[in-house]
Amino acid sequence: MPSNIFQFSSPATFYPLAGRLVPWFSVIAIILIAVGLYMSFFVAPTDYKQGEGYRIIFVHVPAAWMSMLIYLVMAGWSIVGLVFNARLSAMMAQALAPTGAMFTFVALWTGAFWGKPMWGTWWVWDARITSELILLFLYLGYIALIGSIDDRRRGDRAGAILLLVGVVNIPIIYFSVEWWNTLHQGSTIKMNAQTIMDETMLVTMLIMACGFWAYSIAVALIRVRQIILQREHHASWVREIIGDQA
Amino acid sequence: MTFSEWFDMGGYALYVWGSFGMTVLCMLIEVLQLKRGGETLRQRIARLNRWENAQ
Repeated sequence: MPSNIFQFSSPATFYPLAGRLVPWFSVIAIILIAVGLYMSFFVAPTDYKQGEGYRIIFVHVPAAWMSMLIYLVMAGWSIVGLVFNARLSAMMAQALAPTGAMFTFVALWTGAFWGKPMWGTWWVWDARITSELILLFLYLGYIALIGSIDDRRRGDRAGAILLLVGVVNIPIIYFSVEWWNTLHQGSTIKMNAQTIMDETMLVTMLIMACGFWAYSIAVALIRVRQIILQREHHASWVREIIGDQA
Repeated sequence: MTFSEWFDMGGYALYVWGSFGMTVLCMLIEVLQLKRGGETLRQRIARLNRWENAQ
């Protein structure tokens, strides 16, 4: 058993730990998303302005939050990786990327499906939407970049630098609705002012966001285990775990 | 409220179900891909082990 937290940065130690965490986050995700979906359609009231159409908010906003949060977490892992030269950090960033890209796509897609009935258009080159599209390109660019470099360490470093350069896009997305006159509405949840939203709607959105958060952790942990196996397949501990029958 | 009234979402059915549907679909695809990828990976490593044991 490792005696301190730093020993968990060894892929061989982290692999079984991640495996033990997966079921917990999976169960939390399933319960929260099930409750969130139920509340989205049967508990949250009809909006006085947008009728039933506003219910898209319950997937749109949590997906958009996750798209930005996952990027920030990946950038954080990149800093750890560059400073401590820790292999596992780069694997964590790599494991989160497809999930981040998926939530970015979902945020854009649900945004289009919300924009059409409310604004009359699927797409506008508005600051919020355009910067979110750039976020999708950053995710895809990162995935393509690390996949195209055969030398793992160089690939990890290049990926980390790309993520850190791209992090400038996150405040642009977040504050775009305040900095520019955009078609996209302002933040529903404000950090420095009272939130103008029905309490049931707010709770539903937060439950869904927590569900997406748990989902992201569960999926990223499963993926990081696969990345560890892939990268360490020559190590004796991997060969012992997998054996020669499969 | 009948089921079809509920499903109609006050006329927003296409947009509401198009959004929730794509969200669920993306998450399901990600989980299934991970599951399949994990199995393929294990088979590949096992094959490598068999090959090296035979050397």
